[in-house]
Amino acid sequence: MTDAAHAHGHDDHSHGDHGHHAPPSGMMRWLTTTNHKDIGSLYLWFSLIMLFTAGSMALLIRAELFQPGLQLTNPDFFNQLTTMHGLIMIFGVIMPAFSGFANWQIPLMLGAPDMAFPRMNNWAFWILPVAGVLLMGSFLLPGGAVAGGWTMYPPLFIQGGISYDLTILAVHIMGLSSIMGSINIITTILNMRAPGLTLMKMPLFCWTWLITAYLLIATMPVLAGAVTMLLTDRNFGTSFFNAAGGGDPVMFQHIFWFFAHPEVYILILPAFGIVSSIIPTFARKPLFGYASMVYATASIAILSFIVWAHHMFSVGMPAAAQLFFMFSTMLIAVPTGVKVFNWVATMWKGSMTFETPMLFAIAFVCLFTIGGFSGLVLAIAPVDIQLHDTYYVVAHFHYVLVSGALFSIFAGIYYWLPKWSGHMYDETLGKWHFWLSVIGMNIVFFPMHFLGLAGMPRRIPDYALQFTEFNQIATVGAFIFGFSQLIFLVVVLKAARGGVKATDRVWEGAEGLEWTLPSPAPYHTFETAPVVK
Amino acid sequence: MTSKWQRAAMAGTAWAASLPVRAEYAYNLQVPASKVAQDVFQLHNLIMLVCLGIFIVVFGAMFYSLLKHRKSVGHKAANFHENTTVEVIWTVIPFVILMGMAYPAARVVIDMKDTSNPDMSIKVTGYQWKWGYTYLNDGVSFYSTLSTPRDQIEGTATKGEHYLLEVDEPMVVPVGKRVRLLITANDVIHSWWVPALGAKQDAIPGFIRDSWFKADKIGTYRGQCVELCGKDHGFMPIVVEVVSEADYKIWLDKKKGAATTAAADDGKTFDQAELMARGEKVYAANCAACHQADGMGLPGVFLPINGSKVATGPVDAHISTVLNGRPGTAMAAFGGQLSDADIAAVVTYQRNAWDNKTGDAVQPAQIAAARGGAEAAAPAAP
Repeated sequence: MTDAAHAHGHDDHSHGDHGHHAPPSGMMRWLTTTNHKDIGSLYLWFSLIMLFTAGSMALLIRAELFQPGLQLTNPDFFNQLTTMHGLIMIFGVIMPAFSGFANWQIPLMLGAPDMAFPRMNNWAFWILPVAGVLLMGSFLLPGGAVAGGWTMYPPLFIQGGISYDLTILAVHIMGLSSIMGSINIITTILNMRAPGLTLMKMPLFCWTWLITAYLLIATMPVLAGAVTMLLTDRNFGTSFFNAAGGGDPVMFQHIFWFFAHPEVYILILPAFGIVSSIIPTFARKPLFGYASMVYATASIAILSFIVWAHHMFSVGMPAAAQLFFMFSTMLIAVPTGVKVFNWVATMWKGSMTFETPMLFAIAFVCLFTIGGFSGLVLAIAPVDIQLHDTYYVVAHFHYVLVSGALFSIFAGIYYWLPKWSGHMYDETLGKWHFWLSVIGMNIVFFPMHFLGLAGMPRRIPDYALQFTEFNQIATVGAFIFGFSQLIFLVVVLKAARGGVKATDRVWEGAEGLEWTLPSPAPYHTFETAPVVK
Repeated sequence: MTSKWQRAAMAGTAWAASLPVRAEYAYNLQVPASKVAQDVFQLHNLIMLVCLGIFIVVFGAMFYSLLKHRKSVGHKAANFHENTTVEVIWTVIPFVILMGMAYPAARVVIDMKDTSNPDMSIKVTGYQWKWGYTYLNDGVSFYSTLSTPRDQIEGTATKGEHYLLEVDEPMVVPVGKRVRLLITANDVIHSWWVPALGAKQDAIPGFIRDSWFKADKIGTYRGQCVELCGKDHGFMPIVVEVVSEADYKIWLDKKKGAATTAAADDGKTFDQAELMARGEKVYAANCAACHQADGMGLPGVFLPINGSKVATGPVDAHISTVLNGRPGTAMAAFGGQLSDADIAAVVTYQRNAWDNKTGDAVQPAQIAAARGGAEAAAPAAP
């Protein structure tokens, strides 16, 4: 070995004393990190910021809808708000939050030292804020942000200005991020489980994410194809979706929903995993029907590819196609029902306590099921034709995505935050957050069922007088729900900075590898794989 | 629970009682006025009852468990975690329930899709942002736009009873007749929906889809566009007036008379003042939604007309823009929608209103010439 090489090696070593086992400090730590815990935290913070951004838009929408007439917005800006609220909540809040959980928890649950591709993991996160800037920045461009609905249906989407092209770019970037994240998750789960941890012994959260990752890899390229065709229709004179040029606007809807129906399950399967971790802990009883939970998750994922046209009943299709999509959609109720029954059976004859994570998990089971029932109502094609594009649909998907996906995220944060930060969160504030959220959420969204039944279309900035009362109630609820999220912010910040020291096990009934680690989980964990019996 | 919160929320918003019309709370679908709507109404009630039953059973069990199987009452956890019999039962039972729902639903689907043997057919065309109706059997065609005045929307006037659900020219159909709708759109996707009649169908540019209804009772039925179609999506309602056979005949004769008058206008020559007065009305109904009443447009979204090169430049280019639209933008072609007289009037108005003092007076004959001769003298059917 030459002197130079020797010196270099020595340098490396001395650098390593500081750098290898502790992260670089400041901004560079976060920009260059390949640590799954850091990246998990980045995803979750990004998601939290976006939650407040898109939530503010929702409050502006509800404020405009407090009474008939136009008060705060003009119709074009209103459409920008509804579109951006949807896009950001889906791609900027729920999906990154679940990625954050995956990054933190999957290696800890599997006994792996990190994700399989740490550098790709860094990229998968850091391109997300770029997409966020493209989306949010478009508010400042001439013509404002995209206003064609998150579903991006042409020909309306062809009409818009430059922000529509930026949105297409942002969707591409977010899709890329999801695909990189999914490759990482699949590889980690299939290759990096601790010795003895067979697939059928994995925590259900890993199973739900494994299946979700396959859904993402299967559908994100479909979305990318759809928006690329929009891009060329808009800019390069193609006519994929333009009937005058031989195209078909309905083809976009088929392609879009072939992505977007599996996307619905991408937004809920990890939630099933989180709730399936929490309920056994606080019931002090193993998860009921583990194997059937795995099969039910897989069935839901497979069925999700053959139900897409139930979003399109009012487009007009042959009776045979309507019947096929109606029956296949109704079938999804079976595996979903199995899951709900299993959760209830897990609670049955348990020894339950009701800390904040459990409260959110119970609310999830109950309220998600309401969203499931309204989904069943909408699966019935003739009823859907009456209710399609009304507030009934708005109520339905908010029960599934707010009291479903978002509540599971709250539950998971309260559940694992002590392990991540090393501090217990403030239980009193947590309970306040829970009760205000659950009450507020129902005041916002329950009356929307009635509005839809009575005939109020969605995506309108102004409405007929008979819809006034329920809209006012919904707006009051929205402000209760929205502002109670500030409590959540306080709870998270408090626990991140200090508080009562958490024990290693944290919860009396907690089972799994992550609870064998100290709290907070050290920067590097499971450098030697644990053995699972 | 809900009604308690409703009351609480209502108390908090008591001032809202000053709003003009207090409607009753409606908790279900609108009162059906056709057999299909009636079938859907019953189907929905049936499914709701089944869901409610399941909800009570499942969550009754869960809340019982939450009360009895808690640590604070000293309940010790059991350790069971699977039971094949139970799991098979709760997979099979929902499946059977679903089949029970699927059968009546399928019958309604087949009935809804059967558009054969109509008594009359109406072509419905969605535009940004109005509806066009062409009565294929009776040779009548017209446009239907929102008639709620702007000041009610902006809150400077008291809102009327049918705020946002009223139009200048409703669709009129005879009672008890099977009406087939041929639905399409001119620009973007719209969706035609009248809840009480149980008919909803997306209007897709370049394609014709059909739907049907048979109204059982005389009355006025209101609906709205339900597919996001741009800025004024919330402002293109649908009104269907169901009348007796005799009243329908009277309405039809009146409509045909109006069409004759309109056709005669295309052959006339008007003076500047007549054109301006007519043009202002045409502008308000067709152009102001995008280009605004002051002609300034919306920055970055819709171009201004006031001071624009088109409206102050050569008159032929201006007429061509109005007739043919601008492909690839939101500017629609109005050649098929407006008569020669109306286009002449609105072009004249745009060239003389605000700061555009060109002094031009465009005559219907110029429009006919720009259309390429006599064959297109009358507007095409919507």
